[in-house]
Amino acid sequence: MKHTLSVLVENKPGVLARVAGLFRRRGFNIHSLAVAPTENPNLSRMTIVVDLEGKPLEQVEKQLHKLVNVLKIQDFLPHEAVERELALIKVHSTKETRAEIIQICDIFRAKIVDVSQDSLAIEVTGTEDKIDAIVSLLKPYRIIDLARTGKVAVSRGRK
Amino acid sequence: MKLTGAEAVVKSLELLGVTDIFGIPGGATLPLTDALSRTEKIKYYLMRHEQCAAHAADAYARATGKVGVCTATSGPGATNLVTGIANAYMDSIPIVAITGQVATSVIGTDAFQEADITGITLPIVKHSYLITDANEIPYLFAEAFHIASTGRPGPVVIDLPRDVQNQVINFKFPEKVNLPGYKPTIRGHTRQIKLALEELMKSEKPVMFIGGGVVLSNAHQEVKKLAENFRIPVAWTLMGKGAFPDNHELNMGMIGMHGTRTTNTAIMNCDLLFAVGVRFDDRATGNLKRFAPHAKIVHIDIDPAEIGKNVKVDVPIVGDAAIVLRELNTMIENNNLKKTNHLAWVEQVFEWKKKWPLKTPDSTDLTPQFLISKISKAANDKDLIITTGVGQHQMWSAQFIELNGPRRFITSGGLGTMGFGLPAAIGAQVGKPNALVIDIDGDGSFQMVLQDLGTIARYNLPVKVVIINNRYLGMVRQWQELFFGKRYYAVDLEKGSPDFVKLSEAYGIKASVVSSVSELDEKIDEMINHRGPYVLDARVKEEENVFPMVPAGASLDEIIGGD
Repeated sequence: MKHTLSVLVENKPGVLARVAGLFRRRGFNIHSLAVAPTENPNLSRMTIVVDLEGKPLEQVEKQLHKLVNVLKIQDFLPHEAVERELALIKVHSTKETRAEIIQICDIFRAKIVDVSQDSLAIEVTGTEDKIDAIVSLLKPYRIIDLARTGKVAVSRGRK
Repeated sequence: MKLTGAEAVVKSLELLGVTDIFGIPGGATLPLTDALSRTEKIKYYLMRHEQCAAHAADAYARATGKVGVCTATSGPGATNLVTGIANAYMDSIPIVAITGQVATSVIGTDAFQEADITGITLPIVKHSYLITDANEIPYLFAEAFHIASTGRPGPVVIDLPRDVQNQVINFKFPEKVNLPGYKPTIRGHTRQIKLALEELMKSEKPVMFIGGGVVLSNAHQEVKKLAENFRIPVAWTLMGKGAFPDNHELNMGMIGMHGTRTTNTAIMNCDLLFAVGVRFDDRATGNLKRFAPHAKIVHIDIDPAEIGKNVKVDVPIVGDAAIVLRELNTMIENNNLKKTNHLAWVEQVFEWKKKWPLKTPDSTDLTPQFLISKISKAANDKDLIITTGVGQHQMWSAQFIELNGPRRFITSGGLGTMGFGLPAAIGAQVGKPNALVIDIDGDGSFQMVLQDLGTIARYNLPVKVVIINNRYLGMVRQWQELFFGKRYYAVDLEKGSPDFVKLSEAYGIKASVVSSVSELDEKIDEMINHRGPYVLDARVKEEENVFPMVPAGASLDEIIGGD
């Protein structure tokens, strides 16, 4: 089972290594990880999707709390948070296929951000499922490169 | 006040109350070493190996309750500290390790004697710093000592590049530290404490189970008060030895792999396990699935991550053991509570104690168990501190040395570091100059650190070293005997071991051999009464085993021996 943790940390050198090392040492698998500073430049937010494989989340949360640079941990249930991921997909295209690909992009509200004789670069945002879906539709055209950010999340409503 | 970075370190250490530091200097700590030479307030103990510097600082902290400080140069000096830092981490001991680092301009270039020590130690520190601006020194040192010594204590590493040590700053020491991400819970939740008290009152077969956390939080008085007030039998882990008096009628002895039959049987039969400052380590619990099968568990610990980690807990209480128990004891006093519904259980425990005392083997040879119990008797009225290496001698010391106060049994519990005993004796003796410090060591453990006899000689520390010399890596041999068809391999130390008396004398340390029961008393007396350091090479019976024993992974009622 996958869980999304939103972890507020001090924006200091080495904090990412501490967090990632802790997950490794305690035997938890990080599925995806996104980090960037928040509106306060002294703080960063890490969105960590962790593969639990039957292990209790409580232990990893408690261990995370013990890190001096970790300020706050939120464990998001699926409906409590807005979750998005961004992908950049570079796909092979020809004169014949270009229009079809653009059509697929329209359906997914994806943007064409670069175009050349034989390729298109596509930017798409959405849930993990949505990105998986567009990737699978683009696969037959031959994907040249794919970069995904991993999930980022904020809580819904007042919380 | 204008100071260099190195001087700022020394000034900060002085203000933090540091009086002793264990280390070895090197290229990357030359400015720091020079600054240390100019203070009267801090004494630098020059060690012979950095691992020993870390262990000495660790034992100093255990003996005194203060933060232990060690230092090493960059690269190999720093990496030699690693085992000592891991040891302190596993046993939650407050030390600060100050390492030199190459200059900031060359960090990351594989410069001479460069090692990424903050990276290497990441999984074995409570926290660490690489200081790149000397202006941060006063604040970060205050922060480091605060983190090391509060909450669940642990080691902190401070890496100091050489140029930072030379940078001139305006020294200003902080009045207090403010760490938004570090706020240990000290006071227990009153409602939880009430629940724990209810369970205590209800219980007909209670056991109090104490560990290193009782020592670290100085909760031994509160433990004794509660045990005596309610008459609750007490079991302890290796790290808790001495926190409850060994000679107390309610003391059942050690738990776990080499624990007493009484304690292990009581754990398997109790209906309430009142655990304080323990972490349910596998050596203590045996098979977790069958651990304390009839018991509700109350668990008091300052580290929330320990609660529920290995066993399911019925009443968790996060807080400092001494403060939580004081609140509980006050509740008992204020309500004038008495407990009598469990007295049949106490009688049962007393019967077990009578039936299964720890006995020394019936032998005319000099056995290690007999030797250690003799040392205990001879030193009983002294201000005694025992340090140990790791292995059979360590378990026999836990079994046969009687200690009646905390901070007197200094041993490597979690990491099980062979070679801990000798440097630990150095650290304990520096911290407690008037104590009788005896390192009960193994011939294997001792040979991992014997170069630090040089430190003992240099400072004429009156440390006594008893080498339980059975010419084997005894604990490994015992397991080979019991579980590997007696196929002894790579455990024989007879060949290649030195004459320990000549070796000690080469360092100018008095030494002698004892190999028979008849000369034992005389040799022990001579050692204890000798004013300086002394090494006793005790040539004991070779193939003695530590019993009782619960094999690894077995349940606590599957005990071999001791009946």
